[in-house]
Amino acid sequence: MPAGMMSALALRLGAWPRARRRVIGRLAEAWLLPILALGAALLLFGGFVAASGADPADAAALIWRGAFGTWFSWQNTLQKASPLLLTGLAMALPARAGLMVIGGEGALVLGGLACAVIGASLAGWGESASAALFAQATMLAGGMAAGALWLMIPGALRQWRGVNETISSLLLNTIAIAVMNQLVEGPLRDPASLNKPSTPPLSPALMLGHVPGLSVHVGLAFGLVLCLGAGVLMQHTRFGFSAGVNSGNPRAALMVGIGVGRLVLIACALAGACAGLAGAVEVAAVQGSATASLAAGYGYSGILVAFLARHNPFAIIPVAILLGGIEASDGLLQRHLDLPDATVAVLQGFVFVAVLAAETFSGRLSQWFGARHG
Amino acid sequence: MSLGPSFSRRTLLGMASGAAAGALAFSQRARAAGALEVGFLYVGSRDDYGYNQAHAEGAAAVKKMAGVKVLEEERVPETVDVVKSMDSMIELDGASLLFPTSFGYYNPFVLQEAKKYSKVQFRHCGGLWVEKDPKNAGSYFGYIDECQYLSGIVAGHMSKTKKLGFVAAKPIPQVLRNINAFTLGAQLVDPSITTTVIFTGDWSMPVKEAEATNALADQGIDVVTCHVDGPKVTIQTAESRGIYTCGYHVDQAKLAPKGYLTGAEWNWATVYQNFVAEMQAGKPLPNFVRGGLREGIVKTSPYGAMVPAAARAQTDAVKAKLVAGDYVIFKGPVADNTGKQVIPPGTSHGQTDIWLEKMDWLASGVVGKT
Amino acid sequence: MADLGTAGVALALFGGAIRASTPFLFVSLGECLTELSGRINLGLEGTLVAGAMSAYGVSLLSGSPWLGVLAAAGTGALLGALHAGLCSLARVNDIAVGIALMVLGTGLAFFFGKPLIQPRAPMLPALHFCVGCHFAPLRAALDINPLFLIGVALAFLLRWGLANTRPGLVLRTVGDSSDAARAMGYAPRLVRLWATMAGGSLAGIGGAFLSLYYPGSWNEGLSSGQGLIAVALVIFARWRPLACLFASLLFGAAGALGPALQSIGVHQGSYLFYAAPYALTLAIMIATSSRRHTLAGAPGELSVTR
Repeated sequence: MPAGMMSALALRLGAWPRARRRVIGRLAEAWLLPILALGAALLLFGGFVAASGADPADAAALIWRGAFGTWFSWQNTLQKASPLLLTGLAMALPARAGLMVIGGEGALVLGGLACAVIGASLAGWGESASAALFAQATMLAGGMAAGALWLMIPGALRQWRGVNETISSLLLNTIAIAVMNQLVEGPLRDPASLNKPSTPPLSPALMLGHVPGLSVHVGLAFGLVLCLGAGVLMQHTRFGFSAGVNSGNPRAALMVGIGVGRLVLIACALAGACAGLAGAVEVAAVQGSATASLAAGYGYSGILVAFLARHNPFAIIPVAILLGGIEASDGLLQRHLDLPDATVAVLQGFVFVAVLAAETFSGRLSQWFGARHG
Repeated sequence: MSLGPSFSRRTLLGMASGAAAGALAFSQRARAAGALEVGFLYVGSRDDYGYNQAHAEGAAAVKKMAGVKVLEEERVPETVDVVKSMDSMIELDGASLLFPTSFGYYNPFVLQEAKKYSKVQFRHCGGLWVEKDPKNAGSYFGYIDECQYLSGIVAGHMSKTKKLGFVAAKPIPQVLRNINAFTLGAQLVDPSITTTVIFTGDWSMPVKEAEATNALADQGIDVVTCHVDGPKVTIQTAESRGIYTCGYHVDQAKLAPKGYLTGAEWNWATVYQNFVAEMQAGKPLPNFVRGGLREGIVKTSPYGAMVPAAARAQTDAVKAKLVAGDYVIFKGPVADNTGKQVIPPGTSHGQTDIWLEKMDWLASGVVGKT
Repeated sequence: MADLGTAGVALALFGGAIRASTPFLFVSLGECLTELSGRINLGLEGTLVAGAMSAYGVSLLSGSPWLGVLAAAGTGALLGALHAGLCSLARVNDIAVGIALMVLGTGLAFFFGKPLIQPRAPMLPALHFCVGCHFAPLRAALDINPLFLIGVALAFLLRWGLANTRPGLVLRTVGDSSDAARAMGYAPRLVRLWATMAGGSLAGIGGAFLSLYYPGSWNEGLSSGQGLIAVALVIFARWRPLACLFASLLFGAAGALGPALQSIGVHQGSYLFYAAPYALTLAIMIATSSRRHTLAGAPGELSVTR
């Protein structure tokens, strides 16, 4: 923003009471900073596109059209955002309690596998609508439980053995994917899955449908509800407060009398449940069985979603939609500008780097609003 | 910040209108021409010297046809992403014929899309379509094991150690059929020939493919072929170990001038051009297209200079019979490598026999386990 | 024939451990340096892939694979500098920056690497240590790439240098306590910048080995996560360069074991073989960690061990 406009704005703000200015400062920080960073990333990307011989204006128009330009594009974007909502939570919830758990990918894969196994064993339940509903709930719950148990491992190891949770969860990702592959191609393989090894397919009656009125599966609804729920949990309950205290200073948390062990375990379990649910939805709404395609990298994208949202569950929603939109425009860029498929990854990389770098200004902006004219 | 707000606003406006014009331009370009929009989706990169390149070469042949606009997307994963890519080709670009080329796209993704867009034609590579599936969907498929059989004959002539090697992705029927055909071909030359198979676990694992090729060479194996998405690594590694190779998917002779004997290649250009021509003529598209050497859907790479006349003569003779359609590869008696008889004497399984598509055994002489 | 079979497996394992371990060796030595300065770089996967691509591209254009290796080192150093620069900003988390650079590094590599998939670039040569021997498997196992030898020498050099040279001591001081380093007149930011750049360039060279020697090709599936797991290797090795060498050989051999066993007809649990070293790393972490103290040998400033 040009300096002239900025100071005019500040002058007008100067007449406002201090408390309101501070709120404005905080709002500006929450919105202005990421938007400026996004703008910087887009400019950088424009230069990059121009340097590789395409017209940046064309690219911008295509990205807009592919991501948000039509109702169809919006649905595409929301579909791509849905798993990121859940895997973003899987990173953000433990982070709020001071743990850097990056095991969402592994929990997702095992959640999907559990859902597929339970679903296949409940095949007969698809006959009546109410039984099918019950079976679907059991499948999803199974996926969540598997994910929760898996991510409780790094939490427990950290709490009782002092093992660093970032590294252990990274290792657990590799182990989970290997276990899934071994089972899907071995004991759990459906003998009829001839050329693409997979678990037995779910009966169509047990498959999850779309969100009413959209061509987006219900994973979107789960993601939105859980983000909102987690936001309330983290910002308006005693649990969220305790987690915040623990992340700031575990010793203080001990003094306030918060059961740190329990807190850490619950945060990890909730995170694992979210990632496990994402995997269960992949199976029950998309793939219909567990296959190697479950490890599609949603868990790793979720880490960045969470960081961009500063681990705020509410903020995960717009961030996931933004990243989903960038991914949704991939096809148009390939088809019309003949740009490589990695173009959207480059844009995402620029966005991540710019937004993370902008983080350094956080706190300063609200100070600026509060102090300079206070 | 010396640039005033008016400047940036004007630039922005300019960009926006330019962008809008651009967007308008390409949607109009497509419609004004009345061109048939044909979409191709690949699971990997178009120039992988393998599976995807074989399809992209077919797409390139379609591009040369009049009145056609080709849309291509690479590295589309076998997840909901492929649904959204197909949606996008249809909704935003008006594609009316789609070729999702990866095997894993079919169920459930192509089936879903075919139900959703009944006016759009979907043809999927892999031979999975059955009568109960939507009529606007379909399959095409090639009997490439015929070419693997011919490669096997050449390999049988060239091998001194009588040990062949096969680098494979996963123990699935299509792969097993290729391994068996390769082995049976070689055993025409010498029944004592064995083929050692190594599964890498996935379709594109460059380090493991190199490791597998080396492990085979260390066992004294002197001809290697493969069934993975990109044979480049296997062929190059074998060449550097000084052993012979037979290619797969496309011609890899350039990668191994000293050791490339021949290879099993797809010839998708014919298939794609036929579909597109029928679509343009307003005729209904066939739901199931399949064939081998006879129909020109598969072909063999030219022989390397090192292949002697005797080997060429025997291979050409069998090839002529395959082209004529009076030769059966899977003809009893055939035993599997556990000693069980899988095809009794007097039984023949011709190429169209769906029994072959459920193959779950490795022929006698194959060292490996399904 | 059975004798040749098992001997073949032993040879394949030996050769495979050397061939497959080289990228692990370079990324782990690089990560070791970075972590000893008190910072973790989770983005080495992106660096490795970008290094592999630039090495292949430069080798193709210039005709000299060694120029390619240099280019990979340069690319790695640039990404390392970006990591260090971002992390030195206040309130910027090093784990997040690492993962962001993983996305950016692989994205850029895939973008610029698209036209490089098909052409064949000049490869790095092998040194033949089995002069005049006629047993092909042995000859192949003893065809060793100079980069492996450089990596081994580097491991010894780092071990010596970290203990006995001034830069080594400065690096470790910064890694153990920024305050102490500052009191002694060293700028922790600058030291970390150099350490991360050096780490990045080593990871880039690891990538060059992949694209220019083994498997010796460039495409999007080239790396199988060697860069991502560098962090685990370093912990496995407890920040000791010679142990990094040992750990890399172990991880490399684990990767070679599956194909080698299949070549003599053993076909059980290939995925689990592959995951075994990771499970082993986790087991070692569990066995040696404790609530009371951090991992033995861990740099005091390293976020992930506090």
